[in-house]
Amino acid sequence: MSRISACFESLAARRGKGLVTFISAGDPEPNATPALMHALVRGGADIIELGVPFSDPMADGPVIQRASERALEHGTTLDEVYRCVAKFREQDNTTPVVLMGYLNPFEHVGAARFAERAHAAGVDGVLVVDLPPEEAEDFNRVVKAAGVDQVFLVAPNSSSERVKMICNYASGFVYFVAVKGVTGDKAVDVDVINARIAETRTLASLPVGIGFGIRTPQAAAASAASADAIIVGSALVEIIEHHGTNTEAAAGALEVFVRSLRDAIDGKAHAA
Amino acid sequence: MNAKPDSTALTGVGHETSLPDARGHFGPYGGRFVAETLMGPLAELEAAYHRYLGDAEFLAELDDDLTHYVGRPSPLYYARRWSDELGGARIYLKREDLNHTGAHKVNNTVGQALLAKRMGKMRVIAETGAGQHGVATATIAARLGMRCCVYMGVDDIKRQSMNVFRMKMLGAEVVGVSSGSRTLKDALNEAMRDWVSNVDDTFYIIGTVACPHPYPAMVRDFQAIIGREARAQSLQREGRLPDALVACVGGGSNAIGLFYPFINDHDVKLIGVEAGGDGVATGRHSAPLSAGSPGVLHGNRTYLMQDECGQIEETHSISAGLDYPGVGPEHSWLKDSGRAQYETITDTEALAAFRHLTRTEGIIPALESSHALAHAAKLARDMKRDQFIVVNLSGRGDKDMHTVATIDGITL
Repeated sequence: MSRISACFESLAARRGKGLVTFISAGDPEPNATPALMHALVRGGADIIELGVPFSDPMADGPVIQRASERALEHGTTLDEVYRCVAKFREQDNTTPVVLMGYLNPFEHVGAARFAERAHAAGVDGVLVVDLPPEEAEDFNRVVKAAGVDQVFLVAPNSSSERVKMICNYASGFVYFVAVKGVTGDKAVDVDVINARIAETRTLASLPVGIGFGIRTPQAAAASAASADAIIVGSALVEIIEHHGTNTEAAAGALEVFVRSLRDAIDGKAHAA
Repeated sequence: MNAKPDSTALTGVGHETSLPDARGHFGPYGGRFVAETLMGPLAELEAAYHRYLGDAEFLAELDDDLTHYVGRPSPLYYARRWSDELGGARIYLKREDLNHTGAHKVNNTVGQALLAKRMGKMRVIAETGAGQHGVATATIAARLGMRCCVYMGVDDIKRQSMNVFRMKMLGAEVVGVSSGSRTLKDALNEAMRDWVSNVDDTFYIIGTVACPHPYPAMVRDFQAIIGREARAQSLQREGRLPDALVACVGGGSNAIGLFYPFINDHDVKLIGVEAGGDGVATGRHSAPLSAGSPGVLHGNRTYLMQDECGQIEETHSISAGLDYPGVGPEHSWLKDSGRAQYETITDTEALAAFRHLTRTEGIIPALESSHALAHAAKLARDMKRDQFIVVNLSGRGDKDMHTVATIDGITL
């Protein structure tokens, strides 16, 4: 069983909600990344999403754009990202790691070579932001064959037909984009999207994570009600940015904030 | 094809080639590579576009605007003195510089704005490099009473301050983009982010034949009036089709607009001219077709300027409108299929052509178009007098006075 499936099975067994945390690989520089990943886990993260920096992050808001720029300035190539994950795996062999990025850097090295090396480094899944199911067939076949799950986005305006098409390719979990916007954008209107998430969960037969715009423990708890997991990114990246090159301080602050998210969604889960 | 100039807006659309396919592919290029949130809006746009493509009332309104607002048909002007000085083939200029707002860009913004109006979206956004597309968008927004927001790299805002002022005069908000390379590609990223966040009431008027399907096909179809007119005018003036067409290529909208109606005229050479900047060998250029490789950026697969890790490289050109690391996917297809060829012209060569045309014809061309002129001049010298070339004079050079003055050491 993949680490992602094992993670969601374990959550389901104890009726818990998952906490997926995003940081950009190589932000502020590649050597800091494994320590920051461990801090996320200590705080209570179930799954780590690791951003693969791209020069033109079209779907990201300013916080993650700046993180990408910092990472690229410090030479965060795909090879460096593999190294970060391999280093993390030396001490943590259970927490799933999902790479999140844009197609061009993956495609440039070749889907097969990327998937093989990512898998060898200990990567469990990949989410390619700008690869909708219509264009995903070849890439999907290759990464699945290498044992890497492909996570897809579902949006509030995705039709039922599209959700079904996405679920033909998706494995691991599906990522429900809570707002029509970019990462870190306006706050989620929970009531409006709950119905759409419920529908997605029915169609997907995969766990559904909800993200984009969840910035506080309160929002995390509210969003956790309708989904299997919540996904937090920009709020964490802001903490890293705030601490500049002081990795130790950033790790400490991340752990504290992630724990506050953990407590919030666990409270909700227990109440439910 | 009728021999007299035919300004009917979209006549002939869909007959030239069967591309793109239903999913927007030109061979391996094109497609729709965007985040899921944009898939619905792009499908909605595609449906609206196909619907109005066959709507007589829409086409009549577009045709009327192109005639009376834009000023079409644009002349096909024989540049006699310039041709004489060069020797060799005769050169005709397709005078898109004489359009309202001074460039070919307005052909497309009029079409997309009319579409936006019919879709009930009264806020339009645009990206711009040289500012021509931004001005053309702000212009039509003013006329239709739409709110308008234009994204522009802060480096481009500096070198195109006149166009920034024009957009503001027209009532548009101009948003400076300071991420990445602070030029056209970053303005496009930011406009796309605006669109995804405001998609319910906002229409994104893209200015070039790149980006996700249906934009490459739609912008081509709105710009193809250039080629349809040029084809009919050539038949009328010379009794035959040109030996070659030459157009500059940044994203490639003026080039595809000229080329497309000639695609099945296999004796007509199609030549796109990319910005060679300091020279392709220096790496400081904007010539993805000549020196790049295929990849995915801004929603489509196409030739790109990228490094060994697939990160997009910064580009350089004297002309802001050509300063872009990608190119429309149909050009990538035309290159691979051999139907069109792509050449480069350096900043220095473009400037020389700019000055030469200005002095011999009394026409000040845009620096973008000057790349096409420079290549046409090289080409003409090796051709015979009874042959003729049509160059797309895609825009006028007023906006470039500041750039040229700076190069000459003059403060305006």
